[in-house]
Amino acid sequence: MLRITDLSVSYGAISALDGISFAIEQGAIVTLIGGNGAGKTTTLRTISGLLRPKAGRIEFLGEDITKLRPHQIVARGLCHVPEGRMIFSNLTVDENLAMGAYLQSDDELIARNRDYVFSIFPRLKERIRQMAGTLSGGEQQMLAIGRALMGNPKFLMLDEPSLGIAPRLISTIFEKIVEINQQHGITILLVEQNANLALEVSRTAYVLETGHIVMQGESKQLRTDPQLKATYLGG
Amino acid sequence: MSEFLQQLLNGLSLGAIYALIALGYTMVYGVLRFINFAHSDVFMVGAFLGYYLGKLVPEHTIWGGLAVLAVSMIGCAILGMTIERLAYRPLRSAPTLNVLITAIGVSLLLEYTGQVFFGAAPRNFPSIFPVRNFSFGSVIVTSNQLIVIAVSVVLMIVLQLIVYRTKIGTAMRAVSLNPKAAALMGVNNDVVISFTFGLGSALAAAGGILYALNYPSIDPLMGVMPGLKAFVAAILGGIGNIPGAALGGLILGTVETFVSGSQWSTYKDAIAFAILIIIMLFRPAGLLGKFTVEKV
Ligand SMILES: Nc1ncnc2c1ncn2[C@@H]1O[C@H](COP(=O)(O)OP(=O)(O)O)[C@@H](O)[C@H]1O
Ligand SMILES: [Mg+2]
Repeated sequence: MLRITDLSVSYGAISALDGISFAIEQGAIVTLIGGNGAGKTTTLRTISGLLRPKAGRIEFLGEDITKLRPHQIVARGLCHVPEGRMIFSNLTVDENLAMGAYLQSDDELIARNRDYVFSIFPRLKERIRQMAGTLSGGEQQMLAIGRALMGNPKFLMLDEPSLGIAPRLISTIFEKIVEINQQHGITILLVEQNANLALEVSRTAYVLETGHIVMQGESKQLRTDPQLKATYLGG
Repeated sequence: MSEFLQQLLNGLSLGAIYALIALGYTMVYGVLRFINFAHSDVFMVGAFLGYYLGKLVPEHTIWGGLAVLAVSMIGCAILGMTIERLAYRPLRSAPTLNVLITAIGVSLLLEYTGQVFFGAAPRNFPSIFPVRNFSFGSVIVTSNQLIVIAVSVVLMIVLQLIVYRTKIGTAMRAVSLNPKAAALMGVNNDVVISFTFGLGSALAAAGGILYALNYPSIDPLMGVMPGLKAFVAAILGGIGNIPGAALGGLILGTVETFVSGSQWSTYKDAIAFAILIIIMLFRPAGLLGKFTVEKV
């Protein structure tokens, strides 16, 4: 579904990704794990068109999207829940969701997606007229995911959804991520520093370290890998 | 008392014009974080478009006046969008200072091109709307003042509806909060920015015509002073804040009118800037603005 080939990205003279390649099959939850500064966010931002790669190629559903702009990529069904959530703080919850559906014109579909978002995150429905900036961190993450679902994605990229969220809410959010994948068949690329959690919910995993993919495989197997355990899973 | 009411009325009608211009500064700042110094010259072009269009319709008619107003607004919307497309869009990733200098360049270009085409000598703006005076006791209300107030109120309501009730308006607010996140929602930021310039420039054109109705001598540099005042109004209200720009304009126009009618009238322009400095000392983000640290 998504194929990355020899992707290199740099910020000025600083290289952040150094020729990474991977492919994601339709229907899977794939995770990209790695420590702080490994290049995970850079990978997602390049796929969604916010950053321009120095070299390499990004294909989505067989089409070369490397040179497309973000709004054109969203239009193809590839949505990105960015790091730090980036909700529109001075817009209401409702308006945030409406922004998520910006490219959708079928009112019936929009209404159905809204109902779906409210069914998985009932808290959002209770806070529909509230300014998004007044929500708690966990609620903002729910809104960020809900907003992306309003775009009717085929492929969803999540950048550290567990970051800065109460532990109680983390498990809720991860349950919902699995549910979104299983019930709606939305393919998911999950970026996490919380490797334990990410390996639990995903089928395959890639480990990124300073701009290189250093390990890849079935999540089940990686969970027991001694080297990975020592570095990312707390021994 | 009637003296006070008279001055208040005069002040509010001047303030409404400042408000119309200030809205353009503030909206463009909202989406691009820079001050479009050429905005005051779009105001001038609006007045000149009104001047030429005014010759094509019979004088002293409501429909003629409204037609002139509407066509100038459309003309200036196109001008504003063209300026953005040609001068500012290529600089989208350049430092703000470069864009500001470009804006000053565009402003000078419009002023001196205006002198070439329109001549430097002032011209007399035609009375496109019917002219009548109504007196309430000793307070005299001119029809032009009523037109200024009515047109500004209608335009501000329409603007409010666009910004808060339409999809493109919500996108404008989203872009001004976080352009990257807006792009991830599928918003083409260029379209929204272009729309914002069009909207702001149309309001400036309306301001230009309403101004010329009350101060009927127009010339290519006529935008400089009202533009500066409207800029102050936008800062006063909190730059980037739409209701703030309207409020700032009304305050500035009213204060200026009262000062003009007093013994300190020579200082009326200085007062505008004195207000700015005082407000900035106590409320650095402006009256309705929220203080946020500028991201560099
Ligand atoms: N805007 C930026 N400017 C310069 N360097 C950056 C920028 N963003 C990230 N980097 C650098 O790129 C590398 C990868 O960062 P990032 O993709 O954010 O990592 P991760 O998401 O895995 O923590 C890091 O070395 C980081 O310092
Ligand atoms: Mg990151």
